[in-house]
Amino acid sequence: MRVTLSRHCSRWVTGVALLCLLGGCARSASQDMAGELQGTLQIKGSDTMVNLVQAWAEAFMERHPAVLISVTGGGSGTGIASLFNGTADIASCSRTMSETEIAQARARGWIPQEFTVALDGLAVVVHPDHPVERLTLAQLADIFTGTITQWQAVGGVPAPIVLLSREVNSGTHVYFKEHVVRRGNVKGTEEFAPSALLLPSSQAIADEVAHNRQAIGYYGMGYLSPRQKAIAVAQTVSQPYVPPTIDAVRNGTYPIARPLFFYTRGDHSELMQLFLEFVLSPDGQRIVPEQDFVPLR
Amino acid sequence: MEILVRISGFASILFVALIFLFLIKEGIRLFGTVTPWAFLSGRSWYPISTPPQFGALPLIIGSLYVTLGALVIAVPLSLASAFYIAEVARGARKELLKSTIELLAAIPSVVIGFIGMTVLAPWVRQLFHLPTGLTALTGAMTLAFMAAPTIISITEDAITAVPRAYREGALALGATRWQTMYRILLPAAAPGIVAAVMLGIGRVIGETMAVMMVTGNASVIPTSLLQPVRTLTATIAAEMGETVRGSDHYYALFAIGIVLFVITFIVNWCADFFLHRERR
Repeated sequence: MRVTLSRHCSRWVTGVALLCLLGGCARSASQDMAGELQGTLQIKGSDTMVNLVQAWAEAFMERHPAVLISVTGGGSGTGIASLFNGTADIASCSRTMSETEIAQARARGWIPQEFTVALDGLAVVVHPDHPVERLTLAQLADIFTGTITQWQAVGGVPAPIVLLSREVNSGTHVYFKEHVVRRGNVKGTEEFAPSALLLPSSQAIADEVAHNRQAIGYYGMGYLSPRQKAIAVAQTVSQPYVPPTIDAVRNGTYPIARPLFFYTRGDHSELMQLFLEFVLSPDGQRIVPEQDFVPLR
Repeated sequence: MEILVRISGFASILFVALIFLFLIKEGIRLFGTVTPWAFLSGRSWYPISTPPQFGALPLIIGSLYVTLGALVIAVPLSLASAFYIAEVARGARKELLKSTIELLAAIPSVVIGFIGMTVLAPWVRQLFHLPTGLTALTGAMTLAFMAAPTIISITEDAITAVPRAYREGALALGATRWQTMYRILLPAAAPGIVAAVMLGIGRVIGETMAVMMVTGNASVIPTSLLQPVRTLTATIAAEMGETVRGSDHYYALFAIGIVLFVITFIVNWCADFFLHRERR
């Protein structure tokens, strides 16, 4: 017992010594580069965007080694809550701020600033062998509200439809509800059918669709793979059916596409300003398609 | 020194009391907007809609379905297993079985959930020709795995604790080993077995991660085990991340916490009652 105890102690001491050493190094480094950009930045919010924001942060930190940017997910609402509490400098958000949230911000004495940083197409997916190739927005709304429950009704084989959705803490869930289930009428009363399975992640939906020939789900097009088939979607019957591709999202022909946002309190430090400029610059936007999102230009 | 030990002993009571008070304090505020009856008997759970609907009945029934299903699967298996380990197996085999079952209890629930999702769910779907394999039954099977180690080890203790004279008496009267087991040992160990089952229920009803991964989380009132369900625990885990502190949704999740706390309290109290009856 005593042996293990002393071993723990010595490990602990080594750890502390190492930390001191590192601290010393970091301090001397920042002194060496006097005049260079330094500081820390906290970015919290959307789970959909977390990989993209991380890629931006890494590229930015490569250019400015004295800067530390930490990126955390948790959900769009979590990010905005952190902006309110002052625990985040930037909130990443896969939906716009709600009127209540904007009112809360004004009550605290600041006006939220919104930056559109990238675009994302929401792919509607089925099993690769599924006979249905294309659907209109109206058909999708009927399917996800539970009005249409059989694949037959939309040109498939006679079999019940299994609905897959994200959990309610997801910005993707909220966007799909407002723009597909409610057909763009945000204040509508339509809901996802109660029988819809609420899965905890986009990957869980991707896996279920890959195995299940009766399932239909949705997620950001970054999760598309040959194990699922993306449905071509049309605004109305008379308009063309468009599959979710980077080009179709950028030129606005794919109907279920959304902007992705950064929100700030408006009190930009020099570091924050430079980071936002980098994200919107051609270099920053070049990172976007690498993460399977759609760049602004 | 003695006083420190005493304080540590009472600390756990203090913690439980504080947790319960905190749950009550936060959960009770929901009932300013929703009546307790509407909360417990409402059939729609749409927490983020305007106006939101907080009907917890599908969640309560979902939890009960999964828990009862898990017990139906786990109890017979665990009892048979406990009897084998306590009465039949000898020597190295007995030790091997005991340590393997302890190992089973140590597998993290997210790992069991992952296996349930990737292996069990497709199998359930094909076997019963269902539209999806993410059902209450899949959840019950997954949870049965997690309840079994608890039930087996406590049942085995209860069987071993039956006085030797009972066994010898039965055998001396000409009973076979099998007759001794189910006519003498089973009734004699019954209070301990009931307590084991109760603790198993406690383990199952509070389990979150594995259940969230395999039950599909659809908030409908199920009519059979082959339908997706949403449990109380999965609802709290899935929705807590996005709620704004102080909103009705936040309080509603605490109200669910109260329901869970009350259920586990009753179950644990029953377990305790039976354990003490056994000792007397």
